Parts: sequence; C-alpha cells; structure tokens
Amino acid sequence: MNDIEPMTANSDVQRLDFNTPALQRKRRIRALKDHLARWYVSIGGLAVLGAITLIFFYLAQVVVPMFQGAEIEARDAHKPAWLAEAGAPLLLAVEEQNQVAMRVGADGQVRFFAVKDGALLKSFALPLPEGVRIASIGEDVPGSRRLALGLDNGQLLVLEHNYKVSYPDNKKTITPELSYPYGETALTLDEQGRPLLHAAVSRNGDTLLVAGATDTELHALRISATQNLLTGETSLEQQRLNLPQLAAPIRELKVDPRHLWLYAFSGTASVDVFDLRRKQLNGRYKLVGDGREVTTISPLLGGISLMVGDSKGGIGQWFMVRGADGSSELKPVRQFSLGDAPVTQILPEERRKGFLALDAKGRLGIFHSTAHRTLLVEPVADGQALAALSPRATRVVVESAAGLQRFVIDNPHPEISWSALWSKVWYESYAGPDYVWQSTSANTDFEPKLSLAPLAFGTLKAAFYAMLLAAPLAICAAFYTAYFMAPSLRRKVKPVIELMEALPTVILGFFAGLFLAPFLENHLPGIFSLLLLMPLGILFAAWSWSRLPERIRLSVPDGWEALLLIPVILLVGAGSLAMSGHLENWFFGGDMRLWLSNDLGIPFDQRNALVIGLAMGFAVIPNIYSIAEDAVFSVPKSLTLGSLALGATPWQTLTRVVLLTASPGIFSALMIGMGRAVGETMIVLMATGNTPIMEANIFEGMRTLAANVAVEMPESEVGSTHYRVLFLAAMVLLMFTFVMNTAAELIRTRLRKKYASL
Amino acid sequence: MNVKQQNLKTWFKSGTPWVWMNAGAVAIAILMTLGLLSVIAVRGLAHFWPADVIVADYQVPGSEARVIAGEVVEAEEVPRARLAASGLPVDVEGGEFMTRELLKVGNREVYGADFSWVVGEWLRDTRRPAELMVVERREWGNFYGYLLNVKEQGQLVAEGEAAWAALQQRIERVDELHEQIAELEKVDIGRINHGLERLRLKTRKLELEGRLDAAAQADLDAERAEWDAQYQALESQLVSLNQQFSRDSIGVRTADGRELEINLGKVVRAYQPNAMSTADKLGFYFAKLWEFVSDEPREANTEGGIFPAIFGTVLMTIIMAVIVTPFGVIAAVYLREYAKQGALTRVIRIAVNNLAGVPSIVYGVFGLGFFVYVLGGSLDRLFYPEAAPAPVFGTPGLMWASLTLAILTLPVVIVATEEGLARIPRMIREGSLALGATKSETLWKVVLPMASPAMMTGLILAVARAAGEVAPLMLVGVVKLAPTLPLNGNYPYLHLDQKIMHLGFHIYDVGFQSPNVEAARPLVYATALLLVLVIAILNFSAVVIRNHLREKYKALDH
Repeated sequence: MNDIEPMTANSDVQRLDFNTPALQRKRRIRALKDHLARWYVSIGGLAVLGAITLIFFYLAQVVVPMFQGAEIEARDAHKPAWLAEAGAPLLLAVEEQNQVAMRVGADGQVRFFAVKDGALLKSFALPLPEGVRIASIGEDVPGSRRLALGLDNGQLLVLEHNYKVSYPDNKKTITPELSYPYGETALTLDEQGRPLLHAAVSRNGDTLLVAGATDTELHALRISATQNLLTGETSLEQQRLNLPQLAAPIRELKVDPRHLWLYAFSGTASVDVFDLRRKQLNGRYKLVGDGREVTTISPLLGGISLMVGDSKGGIGQWFMVRGADGSSELKPVRQFSLGDAPVTQILPEERRKGFLALDAKGRLGIFHSTAHRTLLVEPVADGQALAALSPRATRVVVESAAGLQRFVIDNPHPEISWSALWSKVWYESYAGPDYVWQSTSANTDFEPKLSLAPLAFGTLKAAFYAMLLAAPLAICAAFYTAYFMAPSLRRKVKPVIELMEALPTVILGFFAGLFLAPFLENHLPGIFSLLLLMPLGILFAAWSWSRLPERIRLSVPDGWEALLLIPVILLVGAGSLAMSGHLENWFFGGDMRLWLSNDLGIPFDQRNALVIGLAMGFAVIPNIYSIAEDAVFSVPKSLTLGSLALGATPWQTLTRVVLLTASPGIFSALMIGMGRAVGETMIVLMATGNTPIMEANIFEGMRTLAANVAVEMPESEVGSTHYRVLFLAAMVLLMFTFVMNTAAELIRTRLRKKYASL
Repeated sequence: MNVKQQNLKTWFKSGTPWVWMNAGAVAIAILMTLGLLSVIAVRGLAHFWPADVIVADYQVPGSEARVIAGEVVEAEEVPRARLAASGLPVDVEGGEFMTRELLKVGNREVYGADFSWVVGEWLRDTRRPAELMVVERREWGNFYGYLLNVKEQGQLVAEGEAAWAALQQRIERVDELHEQIAELEKVDIGRINHGLERLRLKTRKLELEGRLDAAAQADLDAERAEWDAQYQALESQLVSLNQQFSRDSIGVRTADGRELEINLGKVVRAYQPNAMSTADKLGFYFAKLWEFVSDEPREANTEGGIFPAIFGTVLMTIIMAVIVTPFGVIAAVYLREYAKQGALTRVIRIAVNNLAGVPSIVYGVFGLGFFVYVLGGSLDRLFYPEAAPAPVFGTPGLMWASLTLAILTLPVVIVATEEGLARIPRMIREGSLALGATKSETLWKVVLPMASPAMMTGLILAVARAAGEVAPLMLVGVVKLAPTLPLNGNYPYLHLDQKIMHLGFHIYDVGFQSPNVEAARPLVYATALLLVLVIAILNFSAVVIRNHLREKYKALDH
C-alpha cells in the first residue's frame, strides 16, 4: 500500500505525484503507527483480560494445597558407636528446633544426641537407687515434656526435659537439661516394693497426678504444690487416692489431663474408666472387636481423645461423652486403618489434632482425627522400630535395627477434608456429630471446627428470605411498569427503582441494623398484620374505585393506578403499625417477643432473618426488576395486540401470552437476584448477629460465607489452614455467582434471539 | 345484594384486581425507596439542630424524686406489660400504653452514661429554663447544667450574669489556641517525625548496603542533630501553648445540684438552646453542619466531623479512576475492534459481564492475597529492605484499596465502553477508512471520540460503585482512624502505602463497633446521608454527561 499506481497517461488532469519521498515516508510512518497501535491494543487488552481471569487462578492456587496429602522424605541413617552399648530404647523425643533428640534407655541413662548425624551430645544418669531398674515409662499430654518412670522397686520418678537456646558467638546453641520438679528421690507408690509395670503422669495447674500399677494393683497419688505466701517457699502435699481394684492384669494406664478420669486398660481389649472425683468405677468398655487386641494407647493433643491401636492395624478414637442424663460414657468416634500389622506406637502432634502411627512391620502412617483423613502410609523401617515426632510435626526420628534415621515431613494442612468441610463431624467433648464453624479460640489445644455447612446454610437462608420478599414484589412491579403503566409515568418510575441499585449496601445494612431491627422488634404484630392487610387493602381500594361514578374514574387515565395506591398503602401501613401495640396487648400479653420464646419456644434475636429479608430484599429488588422489566417490555407488540384483538382481557394477555414469552427472562432475573443475595456482605454483616447456627427460624440470625470472610480474614494468619479455608469460601461464592450469572446470561441471549425471529 | 355479588365475581374474573395488585407492588417499591431516603435524611439532618433541653422532676414510684435535664431524643408508646416485664415499678392498672422517652442527659463523668430511658408519665413539672447551658466538650461528651462562674488560673474573673459573655469570649481564645496546637502537632512536628523516620531508614539502608562509613555516619548525625534542634524549639513552643490552653476553667452545676469544674481547654462550644431564637438556631445548625464536613472526628469518631473519611474516599476513588479508565478502554477496544469476533470473544464477553456480578468480598480476598501479600510483599523485599520487619507495601493501604476497586469496577467500564463502540454506525468507520485513514487513525480520531459518552458513563458508574463499596476495603486498606491524611506536605506527598479512612467503613465502624452506639447513631445517619448524596450526584451526573455528549455527537449518529 506504500506505492500508488501512477495515473494513466492519457489523463488530462494535473498529475499529482503521491510518490515523493516525503509522502512515501509519511505513509510508511502511518503504517508503522497503525501496526504499533494494533500490537499495543492487542497486548494491552489481552493483559487486562488476563488480569481479570487471574482471580480464578489465584484463588485456586491458594486453595489447592489444602487438599494435598503429606509427603515424607528419608534422610541418611546413622549408626553411631554409642548406640551399641545403650541398651534397649524406652522412649525417644525431639525438641522444638529439630536439632536435639532425647533417648531414654533401659540402662537408666538419658542421652541427648544430634538429630542430624546421631552424635552424642550429653548423657545423664538417672538418679535411681542402686540396683533398681526402669520397669515402665509414662508420658504426660503431648507438648508437656514430662515423664514418669515406674521403677522395679515400686517407686516412681517424675522428670522433665528442657532445652535452653543461647547464642554464644552468634551461633545458636541448644543445651538440653533434665529436671526433677518433684525431687530426685522417687515417689513411693507401692509400699510392698513390687515393680511398677505401668506408669502415668499428668499435671493440671499446680496439681500433679501420678498413677502406677503392679500386676493388678492400682495406685494413684495426687501431689499439690502450695506456695507459702510469707516465705515464698513451695511445699508439696501428697494425697493417696483409694481406687477400686481390678481383677484382670493391667496393660496400660492413662490419666485425663483435667484429672477427671483415669483409664486403666486391662485384659486384651477393654478399659476401665475411673471417675477420679467420685473415686469410683465409671464403667468398663470394650475397645476393639473380637479377634483383635489392644496394642498401644496414646492421648491426642489436649488429652481428651484416646487413640487406641490394635493388633490388626486399626486405630480407634475414643473420648468421654456426656449423655443427656449427665453421666459420661467412653464412646468410639472414628476408626482409622494403618495396615494389617499390629500398631506399636501412636505419636500425637503437639500443635494439631493429628497423629502418626507406627506398626510392627515398620510402616508409618500420618492421620488427622477431626478431618478423618489418612494422609500417608509409607514404610520407614524393616520391622520393629521406635519413633519420635518433633513438636512442629516436621521431623520424625526412628530407631530401628538399622540405627537412627531422620525423616522430614511436609504436612501443612491435614485438618481439611471433604467431610470436615461439608459433613457432620463429631468434635471432642460434643455429644454427637454436628455442623460447627468455630475457627479460633484462646487456648492452644483447641480443635478447629471448620465446617462450611453452617455458613453455606446461613447464606442460603439469608438469600431465601430476601428472595421471598424481593421476587414477588420485583416481578409484579416489572409486569405493571412494562405492560400497564402509562409511558410518561414509566419514564419516571423506572429510574427511581433503579436508583435503589446504586445505593451502597453499607447504608442498607446500617439502616437495617440500627433502625429496622429494633423497630421490627417493637412492632412485630404490626408487621405481620401489615403483610396480611396490605393485599386486602389494595383489593378493597381497587374494588371501591370500580364502584365510583364514571366521571371520577375516567378523570384518571389508565396506567396511573400505582399513584392512586400510594395513599392507600401509607394508610394501611400506618394503621397496622398503630394497631401493633393493641394487638400485642390483646393477643400476646403485651410482649410478642416474650410470647414467642415462652409460649411457642421460638428463640428470638433482635437481628434476625426477618430483618435480613427486608433489607436484602430491598437491595435485590432493583436487580430483578430491571431485568424482568426489560424482558416483559421487549415482548413483541404484535403478540400482545393479536391477543387483545382476539378478545382477551389485558390480564389474560399478560398471563397467557406475555408471561409465557418472557418467562426465560424473568427466570434469569431471579437467578441474577439470587446471585446478588448470596454474595451480599455488608447487609448481613450489620443486620445479623453473625452466629453460625443452622436454624431455619425466621427470628434467628445466621452467618453467611461472605460475612464470615469479612469478619475473619483480617485476623487470619497468612498461609494457615484457616486462611485457605476463607479463600475456599470466597471461591465457593465466586463459582456460585459465576455459574448463576452465566446461566442467566445464556438464557437471556437465547431469548433475545427468539424475539428477533418473531 | 345478589347483583353486587355478581359484580364482584365478574370484577375478579376480569383480572382487574390482579392488575391493581401489580400496581401495588410498584407503589410499595417506590415507597420503600423514598421512605428509606427520608428516614436517613430526617435523622441525619436533625442531628445538628440545637434541640431544647428540658428539666423535670423524675418521680419513679416508690423512690425519691430527682431532677433530670436532657434532650428528648426519642419517644415511643410501649405496652404497659412490657415495661413491667423489664423490671420497672409500673402500676398494672391504667391505660394500655405508657410513653418511654430516651433522654440525652450527658455528663458522662457524673452519670456514667450519656443516655437514659425514662417513663414519660413519671416526669413532673417539665420546664425549659433559658439559662440552662449545653457544653460540647472534647472529652466526656456533652455537659448539661448551669454556669456558675469563670476562672482564670483558679482565680475568679466573672460570676453570675457576666459569666456567660466572659465564657464565650474565652472559648474563642481557646479555639484559636487549639488550632495553633493542632497545626503545630500535625504539620510541624509531623514533618520532623517524618524526617527522622526517613533518616532512620536511610541509615539502615546504608548499613544494609555496607556503605555506612564514618563520613556517611557524620552526615547522618548532623542531619539528625538538626532535626532534634528543630524539635526542641517546637516542643517548648508546644508546652507553653498547652499551658495557655488550659489556663481557664468554669464552675458549673448540674441540674440535680452537683457542682464541678470544667477546664476550658476541653470545651468546644457552649450554648443555651432554650434561649436561642430560630435564627440563632439556624446559624448554629449550619455551623455544626460545616464542622461535620470539615473537621476531624473526636471521641472515638462519635463526635466532630468526618473530613478525613471524605478525603480518603475521594482520593481513593480518584486513584481508582485513573487506573481503571485506560485499562478498561484498552480491553474494550481490543474486544470490539481488534479481536476476531467468534466463539472465544463471546465467551470472554460473557465472562467479563458476569464478573460485574461477582460478590465484592471476593475481590477483597483476591486483593488481600494477591496485591497485599504477593505483590506488596515482593515490593518490600525488592525496594524497602531497610524497613524490615515493618511492612511498607506488604500491608493493606491506599494503593491496594484503589487497585482492588479498579479490578472490581473494570467490568463496568469495559461493558459500557464496548456498548458505546458497538453503537457507532459502520458507515462512519468505513467512510473514514475509504478516505485513506489507517485503522488506528479511524479509531483514535473518529471512533473513540464518538464513544466517549459511553466511556464517561462507564467511568462514572464505576466511581459510584467504588465510592459505596465497603466489604473489600475492610480487607485491603481502610482503618477506623488514620493519624494523617494520605496527601500532605511531607515527601513524597502522596502516601500510597498509608491506610485511609472511608465514609462507608466509617458508617460500619461507628454504627456497629463503637462503644457508645447511642451517641454515635445520629452521626452515622448524617454520614449515610452524605454518602447517599455523593452517590446520587455521581449517578445523576453520569446521566447528564451522557445526555450532553450524546447531543454533541448526535449529528454524527445519522
């Protein structure tokens, strides 16, 4: 295009030379500019569109890690020289920084070694009397670093292992230490000096509870520390608990950290639970099925749940559940499976309700109790092994025939599973499975309850009540404005209703919360009579109007009925509200709210679904209205005129012709309205109590997905499971509205095509 | 009778009643809108009116009468049974209802709360003494009572009749001093603090880069010494101003006879509403209204003005508009003019359209995760290592708020612009091309100007939406109280990393998070009214501009 053909020679016209170098250059520059503009706009446009779609990918990228399993990575095994002469291992433990591990050996030595290479760092000889050996070992709840050693002379030694971090020469150094808070001399449990075959320890505040068992005899000691106010000295006071004795030999002992229960496992498959406050037996429970034997028992974080491993690789979760009559009972909650070999060790995590389990074939499983999830099962040793889990649950140290081996675990989000998010979950201390959202709490051994079900329910409940008000009102209004209203009035009315759409929802929310909620509470009977009387009032007004003499009736042209009705509606409204107090006095004893909760047993919140229905209905009306109105208005005139010409009344034409033709449009309007109601944040946030309950009661509040995100997101720790669950909530909202809107849009496009063909 | 029934039946059969019902729906929708707006307007505007203060003897049956004074804020009829149920010694006999009045009694330091519900029937001997005074204070809310005397440094200077004039005169002086102190603290000392902070960051930066040698250290020390010297001078000035400020005090007596002393430094204004004429009240009304829009909030946002919130909202919206316009227009031009029209563009178009309906909180979550933590975190690591561990851009702030809203409103601009482009007749483009213009020239000189009304409309609708949006902002950058404006005299003048105050969030925060909701309520109504007005004006101007520009290009339309 840079060269233009010269004009034909026989032309008489003055020849213009378009091919001078200057013009050619100009043309080239213009072409270049055009080219550049094309590239610029294409790249820019695609980049912007890409940026928008980034939302999907980013949300997904944050959410996905939650559903991935755990990974475990083995590091080199070491067989340090000291291990050979250290005797059988009784217990392994790793400290917070994953650098130092502790090993209690049967030879009465506690050795600390480097996790990395197995090098011996420090060794302590336990202060055991001459010739006395360790017969058993018991641990307090995960994270306490407290042990009880049962000795073969009937005594019991309580010790704690601690780690001091210091920075000599700017190098982090961890110094392990052992301490004996209850003295280096062991406590005597069995006065006859028989070996304590089982030991348990638990500290609750200032009270320590130790328990030990000889073959069948059970001993428990409570030690309370009291500080003398004058001298500041602490004195210890011992108290022996007299518990009923058992017949069968005891296999294992555990103490509940709140000192309510003592669990004594006896025989092959059962446990006796002692009520420590009443000092009596609560009951005997069978823990595993026939043909199985209990092999190991460990409490979960917080000590409420007991994980019971059996001889066929099964792991059951049990905890005490308080029944309706106030009595407690040990109940099975969940069942996990590691494989077919006997479970030899269960390692609870110290920060979460997860645990690891090891079986006799050396297979390691990673589980999470609340999520009921098996994240990984992988062999870590050949045959029998002993393992320790680090406090952050990122390292496992395994001692087996091959020596000491270290494993790195990557398991960031075990708490989440489909069932934890959407099904009923039996949480600790609950009477039964339930849907609960409770993401944070003050104490560290809290079980996060991350069920999205109550939030999704709240979202749908809010949307339902909003649609209950908005759908009929908006669609009726759309019919009237599009089909009956005088055009001059329509031009004024439509913008007013559409102005409602621009109204910030924070204003609607504050209005609902601060004005509407107390107003409704004080005028409940009035509101309900208003709902009843309004249609009747309108009908009555219409009937009276039709009875008026023609002279008056004809003075108002068709299509102005809406204006005539305004005073009627105001009158009915004012009348109902004025009646409210009287109605309340006559029927509800002066206080309908009390009547509802006392006589009907319906709980009443001031900020409830009724308020939401009104306020959010208000917000949704313009959305539905404007789309439905468009759909009705663009029904081809030929159809309606034909129908009228055949003798149908305007109402018949509307219901039989217009409504049928426009129904896809109206349906898409409803979908758009629903989408808006589901995603609305501020109104719900301000006009409900934001309690995540699952009650359809109109007089109670709810918490919606959107409001929940707004409330909890700012406080959530970046990258934590809670943070990701909130992202998931946002993604659920995004998907839901996107699907709704797309469907609505497709329906409308088809409708438009249909109209065009008519 | 029979005829009438027949009539009723045919009337129902004709369908007319249903038409009327539909008409009723329209009327209800309109009444709801107007009702909402009028409630907000009435409550918001009434707040600034200096209402009469009543004094009455309050006689609760079975206990001693006491004198109370206050403004009647609300009065309602309550069934007698409900009052009795709430534990009041109500005589069960009598009329069906009793009135319950909410009195603003002020004097929080004496009574503990500003508001008190009283039973109207138990108020005896209600009077409106002209000399009763309302004192607006910087702390503890309003004071209601009588003026006894005026003191200067503890010495009596005026008493009785003369006291009122002396008080007004001294309040003026205190006002002036207050302004000076605020100026000194905010502007001058703020500048020094800012300078010192920048100096600290500079030092840290040099240290990190390993360039902090003796010479640099000496330079920095000299600079710091200079700032310190300036600060010393200002501080002594501030101390003397503060002494001046709290020089005077007044002796006052509450309605029930308790006497106390109020330092004038705490007084904003004092007035005697019962003695004011309507003209006085009008003047007072507009003064309060002006204070509301131009002043800073006091008392945990429950008193004073909302200027920082207005400023923050406007600034954020402007930045958002600057970002969203070019990007929205480019995307629309690409979609309509350059992209190959086919199934893919249709899908993109539907997707963009639908993004406008995605809940705003989703954009907030995206903004917090992507902009604040990912983008902001990277910016901090790259450019502000000296500020670590304190985040600069890695925390919610003005820039991220604007950017999040820009993404939120992008679909609005794209859709509106595209519609405008689609409406331009093909012959105009073809005419331009036939005359030899290239595609970009046609676009730039013919198509875009003609589509400008549509773009403008899209932009204004985007601004209106952004101004009213709160949910995403709660995650990406608003705070209840920002210490300084995001645009001020300190380098770099526009502080994109700062958090801002916002009208919508102000409503939420004051109305729902405030410890004294009752006191804050009228202010929330006023703020809401302001926000509604701003948004209505924006929407209205969108319509006007659209019509105006449409007229301008009408000739081309044919």
